[in-house]
Amino acid sequence: MFLNQFLILAAVLFCIGLYGVLVRRNAVLVLMSIELILNSVNINLVAFGAWWSVDGANVSGQVFALFVIAVAAAEVGVGLALVLLIFRNRKSIAVDELDALKG
Amino acid sequence: MLALLVAQNIAFYVIAAIMVLSAIRVVTTDNVLHAALWLVIVLAGVGAQFILLAAEFVAITQVLVYLGAIIVLFLFGIMLTRTQAGDARDADHRGPVKIAALVLGAALLGLMSYALLDGFRDSEFGDMVVQRTAEVSDSIFSTYLLPFEVLSVLLLAALIGAIVLARRD
Repeated sequence: MFLNQFLILAAVLFCIGLYGVLVRRNAVLVLMSIELILNSVNINLVAFGAWWSVDGANVSGQVFALFVIAVAAAEVGVGLALVLLIFRNRKSIAVDELDALKG
Repeated sequence: MLALLVAQNIAFYVIAAIMVLSAIRVVTTDNVLHAALWLVIVLAGVGAQFILLAAEFVAITQVLVYLGAIIVLFLFGIMLTRTQAGDARDADHRGPVKIAALVLGAALLGLMSYALLDGFRDSEFGDMVVQRTAEVSDSIFSTYLLPFEVLSVLLLAALIGAIVLARRD
């Protein structure tokens, strides 16, 4: 297997996630697209780790992937709490209606 | 050995195709609930790719944390923020934003593909050694001990923050 297979798969997922972040109006869907982006980064980390560890003694890529998973879990928890609060106050979670700070 | 390599490649391409199609459905479907369910397929595919990369512990963590916890959080979020009017018609921005996002995504994909194909053209995996979980834990609790502790504090802060934000008072 080539390293490029995994890197290009991750690039495709990243760009799909980027498109989702830009085009979605529903805040929950924006968070889902962010999950796509984070997962593509994880694929990159693990692939580079497997490629780099020629002697089989280097797990840094996997450790960083685990850290990213944990941070993503924290991010989703706080993000969904924020979305819930916004919905409770405004009865809508469309991100383009959150323009109270617009000049 | 060659048969194993062929099997790995077939598995990779089948899973990758399923993942990409499901990811496209995640960002294009009008139904929020369907998007969450398509996301399950993408996340499971990422776990399968981790197994192909001989990273068992990360794959199991992916299944436990993403499929077990984060998807459930998303489903709760969808359930609690559902509006009466039905959210099918206003899931996406309209007009030029969509085209601009499409152009930006395609341009970034082209740029990254060019850079990757140029930079890692002949990088092949050597003999894939399965990384034992003991090695991962040794690394976490020696080299990466400080980030690990910081991460635990971050998780605690996120827990308290989420409770404070979502609490009804």
